[in-house]
Amino acid sequence: MTDRPTGEPLVRLSGVNKWFGDLHVLQDIDLTIDRGEVVVVIGPSGSGKSTLCRAINRLEAIQDGEITIDGQRLPDEGKELARLRSDVGMVFQSFNLFAHKTVLQNVTLGPTTVRKQSRTEAEKRARELLDRVGVGHQADKVPAQLSGGQQQRVAIARALAMDPKVMLFDEPTSALDPEMINEVLEVMTALAHDGMTMVVVTHEMGFARRAANRVVFMDAGRIVESATPETFFTNPTSDRAKDFLSKILNH
Amino acid sequence: MVQFFIDNFPLLRDAFLKTLELSVLAGLLALVLGTLLAAFRVSPILPLRGLATFYVETFRNTPLTVVFFFIIFGLPQIDFAVGFFTGAVLAVGLYTAAFVCEAVRSGINAVPPGQAEAARALGLTFGQSLREVVLPQAFRTVIPPLGNVLIAMVKNTSIAAGFAVTELTASLQRLSNANGGEILLVLLAVVAGYMLITLPAAYVVSRVERRVAILR
Repeated sequence: MTDRPTGEPLVRLSGVNKWFGDLHVLQDIDLTIDRGEVVVVIGPSGSGKSTLCRAINRLEAIQDGEITIDGQRLPDEGKELARLRSDVGMVFQSFNLFAHKTVLQNVTLGPTTVRKQSRTEAEKRARELLDRVGVGHQADKVPAQLSGGQQQRVAIARALAMDPKVMLFDEPTSALDPEMINEVLEVMTALAHDGMTMVVVTHEMGFARRAANRVVFMDAGRIVESATPETFFTNPTSDRAKDFLSKILNH
Repeated sequence: MVQFFIDNFPLLRDAFLKTLELSVLAGLLALVLGTLLAAFRVSPILPLRGLATFYVETFRNTPLTVVFFFIIFGLPQIDFAVGFFTGAVLAVGLYTAAFVCEAVRSGINAVPPGQAEAARALGLTFGQSLREVVLPQAFRTVIPPLGNVLIAMVKNTSIAAGFAVTELTASLQRLSNANGGEILLVLLAVVAGYMLITLPAAYVVSRVERRVAILR
C-alpha cells in the first residue's frame, strides 16, 4: 500500500510547540500527512502523541508553530474553527457518544446541525454508515446499552457522517476489552483500504503493520523516527525506538 | 368554621391565584434568565463571564426584601416605574435567576467534558454544542436542585405582601386582623394554599426526574 498516497499534502504541522505549564509536550514538531495516507503514531505514554493528535483539530491549542489542513491555517476559536473541524473526523479513546441521544441521533446530529441536511437525508446516510460498521440493528438504542466495541464503531460512523477529509483516532482501542479490539480495528482497516486519510495514535502494532503507510515514533515530545512500518519494525534506527520495540514486541 | 371559609372564600381564592400567578411568571423569568446566565458563565467570552458572575453575586447576596425595595421604590427615581405586581414578578424572578444559574452551572460542570469535546470535534459551534449536547444533559442532573430553588421561590413570593400585592400572605394579615378569634383557621388556609402549589410542583419534579434519567 505504500504507493497509495498521492504526495499531495493534506495536514501539515510545522515548528509546532506546546507546553502544559513547564512541561514541553510538543517540541518542534514537523509532520506532513498526504491525502490518502495512513499515519500511525506510536510511543510510550507521556510522549505527546495524543496531544499531537488533538492539536490537529485544535482540541489542544498550540503556543508556537503552524498547522494547516488542506492549505488552510487552523483558525482561533469561533465559527471558522468550527467549520474546519467539521472536515476533520475525530474518534476518542472513551468514545464520547452523546449519552442522551440514540445511536441514530448521534450520527445525524452533525449533518443536520452543521451541514444543514434534512433529517430524512441524514438518517438515510446514518443507517448506511451504521450498517457499514456493523451496528445497523442498534440504531434506536442509547449508547449505554451497547458494548464498548459497538460504541466505538458508532463513534466512527458519527465521524464519517460528516464526510471528513481526514480522520483522527486517539487511542481508539485502549478502553476496550481485548475481544472487542479486533471488531474496531477491522472497521479501521477497511477505512484505510478505502483510501481515507488517517492519523492513528495506537498501541496496536498489528494494525500499524497491516494498514499504515508510515509509522511515526514519538518520545518526550519529539518525533524520533518516521518510517514505513516495515523499516520501523524490522530495522529501527534510534536506540529509543529499539528499546521501546523490544519491550512491547517480546511478549 | 365552615361558615368562615364560605364567607372568605373569594378573598382566599383570589389571594391563592395571585400567589400562583406570581410564582408562574417569576418562575418562567428565573428559568429563562438563569439558564442564559449559566451559558454566559461557561462561555469562552470573558466579558460575558464577568457580566454573569457580577449578576449572580449581586442578587445572591442581596436580601430579597431589598431587591423589592430597589425595584418598586428605587427604579421610579431613575424614571422607570413599574406597578406593584410587575415589580413583584421582576424582584422574585431576577433574584431567583441567580440561584437557577448556579444550579444549572453545577449541572453543566457535571456533564463529562468529553461530551462537549465530541460536539466541537463534529464542527458544532459553542452555542450549538451547549444547546444540543451539554444543556439537555445538564438539566437532567439539575432537576432536583432546581426543584428546591423553585419551591423556595414560591415561598419567597410572600414578601410581595409587604408591597401591596394581595397574595396569600397578605390575605393572612387581612383575615387575621378581621377575625382575631379564627387565626388558626386562617393560618391553616394559607399554608394549605402554599402547599397546593409546592406539593404538586415537587411531585412533577420527581416524575420528570424519573422520566428523563439517562443511562451512563
